[in-house]
Amino acid sequence: MTPDLPTPDLLYSEVEEELRASVRSLLDHHCRPNAVLARCEGDQPYDLALWATLAGQLGLAGLAVPEEHGGAGAGPREVAVVLEELGRRVAPVPYLGSAVLATTALIACGAAEALPELASGTRRAALAVPFTTAPGAAFPTAVTAEAGTLTGRVTSVADGSVADLLVVPAIGTDGPGLYAVEVGGAGVEVVRRTSLDLTRPVADVILAGAAARRLAEAETAVAALDRALLTGAGLLASEQLGVAEWCLTTTVAYLKERRQFARPLGSFQALKHRLADLWLETVGARAAARYAADALASGSPDAAVAVALAQSHCGALAVRAAEECIQLHGGIGMTWEHPAHLYLKRAKADQLALGTPGFHRAALAELVALGA
Amino acid sequence: MDLLGRVRALLADHPPAGTAPLDFLRARFDAGLAWVHFPVGLGGLGLARSEQAVLEAELAAAGAPDNNPRRIGIGLGMAAPTILRYGTEEQKARFLRPLWTGEEVWCQLFSEPGAGSDLAALAARAVLGEDGVWTVDGQKVWTSTAHTARWAILLARTDPAVPKHRGITYFVCDMTDPGVEVRPLRQITGEAEFNEVFLTGVRIPDAHRLGAVGEGWQVAQTTLNNERVAIGGQAAPRESGMIGVVAEVWRNRPELRTPELHQRLLKGWADAEVVRLTGERLRQQLALGQPGPEGAAMKLAFARLAQELSSLELELLGEEGLHYDDWTMTRPEVVDFTGREAGYRYLRAKGNSIEGGTSEILRNIIAERVLGLPAEPRADKDLPWKDVPR
Ligand SMILES: Cc1cc2nc3c(=O)[nH]c(=O)nc-3n(C[C@H](O)[C@H](O)[C@H](O)COP(=O)(O)OP(=O)(O)OC[C@H]3O[C@@H](n4cnc5c(N)ncnc54)[C@H](O)[C@@H]3O)c2cc1C
Repeated sequence: MTPDLPTPDLLYSEVEEELRASVRSLLDHHCRPNAVLARCEGDQPYDLALWATLAGQLGLAGLAVPEEHGGAGAGPREVAVVLEELGRRVAPVPYLGSAVLATTALIACGAAEALPELASGTRRAALAVPFTTAPGAAFPTAVTAEAGTLTGRVTSVADGSVADLLVVPAIGTDGPGLYAVEVGGAGVEVVRRTSLDLTRPVADVILAGAAARRLAEAETAVAALDRALLTGAGLLASEQLGVAEWCLTTTVAYLKERRQFARPLGSFQALKHRLADLWLETVGARAAARYAADALASGSPDAAVAVALAQSHCGALAVRAAEECIQLHGGIGMTWEHPAHLYLKRAKADQLALGTPGFHRAALAELVALGA
Repeated sequence: MDLLGRVRALLADHPPAGTAPLDFLRARFDAGLAWVHFPVGLGGLGLARSEQAVLEAELAAAGAPDNNPRRIGIGLGMAAPTILRYGTEEQKARFLRPLWTGEEVWCQLFSEPGAGSDLAALAARAVLGEDGVWTVDGQKVWTSTAHTARWAILLARTDPAVPKHRGITYFVCDMTDPGVEVRPLRQITGEAEFNEVFLTGVRIPDAHRLGAVGEGWQVAQTTLNNERVAIGGQAAPRESGMIGVVAEVWRNRPELRTPELHQRLLKGWADAEVVRLTGERLRQQLALGQPGPEGAAMKLAFARLAQELSSLELELLGEEGLHYDDWTMTRPEVVDFTGREAGYRYLRAKGNSIEGGTSEILRNIIAERVLGLPAEPRADKDLPWKDVPR
């Protein structure tokens, strides 16, 4: 069980570091914690102006879209860097749902038509599956296809409430297919749910004979959906890394400043050791997340292992980091004003998303011949 | 000539099949192919560290003998980098070649009964005589491989009147000198891999001092940093180390499997792979000349993993886990994790979180040097060593 795998590139290239710097500086200006918090309380949780800037100014929505379809022709490694930065800010933009999940599904089934508009950010898409759907799961049967129309209900769709286009897996008389449905058309209803994660709320999609265009059928549809879920799960690890890093850095800074018992709290060993352990796991998360991104980018035969590994580590780590952040901020950590709760909500929702750590460990068992 | 050209020339001049291993190793050192990042003339070529892998692969493919790196680990991992950084030209020329070929084994005379984690509290005294020779008296403890060592790196107190970190000097001690007595110290595994070392009137010429008088603590930092990086520093394929052992048992013995052990095995597998990738990332950073703070983390992670997995192995083995392979007192030359049975692995792994700095001390280092958190208040920092209550 030790396949001869090529050595992965686990570092960041100069181009990737430049990309990070520009995303970070833009978010420093346009995505401050107070503004994110204020937005969650209004009826427009997504920051679509920020989305337009990210897409228009930096071309992020089309990062992984081939150049001939209006994108930048980059790949999972670069997208992962963007997700790290967006995670660090719990940025309320539909990047994962539109630019990663839906866009990957469309590219994978060769449905080029919608790509230029998605790449430019003028339109947004969502992959109509529950956000908890894991790669390798059975093809969804919630929606049925008949004579070019779709009927059914899909719950908890990530970034669904701001999508213009839905990419819907559905079962027809001839088996599985992947369909495109325009939001706003007859028989299409998108209902925003009150969500645990305030910065990436989920929505239910209700289709009642909605007009649909078939994008792929049979194995192509199954493969495209799985590609999207695998890519999404692998890259979600980078978002989780960003969330964890913010929590760790913020907590360290706070404990250096906050004094009790006439000394900085950060000088108490009980706290130092907890932070050292958290740091150690974060360093591990960086290696695992980079490996997943690199394996997806290079088409490595180990990609499924890399993704399951990254998800089994990073999902739990982000939650732990957010929990430690709240605990070590004491009373302040429990308040609505402090942004820590936004990170806990994102981290916990992310842990359920695209397969839990336990699910991914079970997947590893099959992949590396360690079955029960 | 490029690196591969040099390796091929070495192999052509000294075909491994027809050359005595020691002759081959000496020739390899003299060709600058021992450790490529060392300077020319000292077994290296002044190349990037990353080139070493190219060289090792080529030599392994040709069936060249290695220098049994585990037997001489303290020399390679700790003494050599310190001598390279702080040694005089004479010292480098005298010590590095036989150290690398394995002709001379090294040990580390640092810890004392009263100075473990608080190493700078050490009490072994070195006094300079008028003849320019130092006389050392004291007791060291837990000294691995002292029984096979020809040389030791030694820390001794040369000025008790200044605060503890400032009065220490670093020496090279000849283990064959009169006054050096090595007594086996039997450990938890039954064997005596480490020793007590008594130093009584041991005479060390000033030429065997490393670094300036009173600056031994700074010199020791080089040794200690290298010690921590050395553990977990090698490129390793998936499932090398303890996880490979446990995974093999799992695959070969389906009758031992239980759902609870399965969960722990999978968690352990994922943890081991994350640690392996972290090490790989660290190596890639080092190769680019940007050493990250991950080095200290590796030892901490490695220790935890070794302990969890060796513990799991015993539970998996069930009835067999109640047995032990051999309690006979021996004095091994190397620590052989995979050459012995599960009980030995379980017991020996307990040392991984103690040797080379305990896990608690490593967490302090990470918290203070990496995360920048403030140090604990210190009672002894500015007191002369002789006035510190003990
Ligand atoms: C297998 C093995 C091989 C060794 N080989 C060598 C060798 O070759 N040469 C050599 O010089 N030494 C060697 N050592 C010694 C080793 O370096 C020391 O044992 C180690 O540094 C710990 O010191 P100590 O045993 O005195 O424990 P102590 O320092 O007494 O520590 C006892 C406990 O207190 C904790 N503790 C101590 N200080 C702090 C603190 N500030 N904060 C929180 N917790 C603290 C420790 O983590 C530990 O859990 C070896 C040890 C082992 C186990």
